[in-house]
Amino acid sequence: MREVCIVGVGFSKWGEVWRKSIRDLHTDAALAAIKNAGVDHIDSMYIGCMSGGLFVGQEHLASMLTDYLGMRGIPATRVEAACASGGLAVRQAFIEIASGISDIVMASGVEKMTDCSGNDATFALATAADQEYEVFNGATFPGLYAMMAHAHMAKYGTTRAMLSAVSVKNHHNGSMNPVAQYPFKITAEQVEKSVMIADPLHILDCSPITDGSAAAILTTVDIAKKLGKPYVKIIGSGVGTDTIALAQREDLTTIKASTIASQRAFKMADKTIDDVDFAEVHDCFTIAEIMVAESIGKYEPGKAGEAILAGETSLEGKFPMNTSGGLKSKGHPVGATGVAQVAEVYKQLTGQAENGRQIRSNPKIGMTQNMGGSGGSSVVHIMEVA
Amino acid sequence: MTMFSARNWREYPHRYRLEASKFKKSGKTYFPKRIVDPETGDTEQETVKLPDTGKIVTYTVIRVAPSQWGDQSPYALAIAELTDGTRLMAQLTDCNVNDVKIGMEVRIEFRRIQTEGHQGVLSYGYKFVPKWY
Repeated sequence: MREVCIVGVGFSKWGEVWRKSIRDLHTDAALAAIKNAGVDHIDSMYIGCMSGGLFVGQEHLASMLTDYLGMRGIPATRVEAACASGGLAVRQAFIEIASGISDIVMASGVEKMTDCSGNDATFALATAADQEYEVFNGATFPGLYAMMAHAHMAKYGTTRAMLSAVSVKNHHNGSMNPVAQYPFKITAEQVEKSVMIADPLHILDCSPITDGSAAAILTTVDIAKKLGKPYVKIIGSGVGTDTIALAQREDLTTIKASTIASQRAFKMADKTIDDVDFAEVHDCFTIAEIMVAESIGKYEPGKAGEAILAGETSLEGKFPMNTSGGLKSKGHPVGATGVAQVAEVYKQLTGQAENGRQIRSNPKIGMTQNMGGSGGSSVVHIMEVA
Repeated sequence: MTMFSARNWREYPHRYRLEASKFKKSGKTYFPKRIVDPETGDTEQETVKLPDTGKIVTYTVIRVAPSQWGDQSPYALAIAELTDGTRLMAQLTDCNVNDVKIGMEVRIEFRRIQTEGHQGVLSYGYKFVPKWY
């Protein structure tokens, strides 16, 4: 297996981007990444997109997005694992470089979510859950994570204050991210006074609906050195799956797919969680960040909430999580999220995080954890400074 | 989205009769029915009917609902563990949403669930109700 590295990343504008279509959002991010990397071509591309079909009525993105990028003819593959589509695109690009099939591959992600009504967007997102046995009975995504939150609170005594701390921290970090959809700070009181969506989750516990795209250029170490741009190595990649339906999980208080994915990635990297300096994790809801921090083995079950409340995962803490602002503040264009997480780790490891959100303790190893649905799939990457 | 009635009809054994798969090797029951036992890979099974009582293991109250349930929100949604250990998700009805608790004993009843899709197929299935009700 060849060593794989990331040599450049790029973003489109994120938010409610009325002036941009799915093709323009993707082209903006892809051109930014290509320019950032300084490459003159790409051999192929993988596009993470959850539901072009339901959000904008457009499938066959491999054809459309290569054409609009000015790359007609190159191989392209759209990959889908609900909210983990982006992470999976990075993994496919990683495999293609590692295998020797291609030398320069782009992993991108895109979602255009505001071209349909809120109700249609809710329906599209809910297709990541079990249609016949969850959604049919009235489940929504906030509802599924709310059920996990109640189970976690009952088992471990997780508190409202711990949930709020996730949101407050991520908004603090996101206030320094030029990409963020909601780049402002909030207080715990604001979270707790915001409208209730599904008990115990308020709207400020939930990630928003976002238009956006992100892209990363993956290549070999030799090419990265020739390009002369900052690069980082991807030293571990892991994917895990679990039941799509929440009711059938062995344990409602953990994300087993993330445990499996992280163990596989650590094994490939020959590292442990103790070697990792910081992480971008999938905080689609505040409870998710708490459960993921435990599922990847950073904290004992039931201990992550306390640690987050105590500031251990803040920008200045022992283990910063979601320095980008996370899904909560940065936004969650579903298919783009996994790629954006990798892009943030790239920026942190190369000292390029903007506006004062650079981790000051000189981090050497970072990880990403991206997940689909209520935890039915998960993708983890471990990255190291070159 | 247009839902053809076959899609609903196909699920009747589960939604109307609570049919589940009980696998021979592991003795485990899965709802809805499936072809392969995920633990053993076994395909030998018999159809059993789920028990109709159990306890709430977790719940939420949906306050912002999809349009089919707009006029019913807030409503409680729960996962219950039935007396044979099987778990399933359903709405919990016939009680105040503020009274729902983990550990609460429930019974399964046959109810109307929703008017599904653009064609408005009337869909029935199961809901939980408090056991004492």
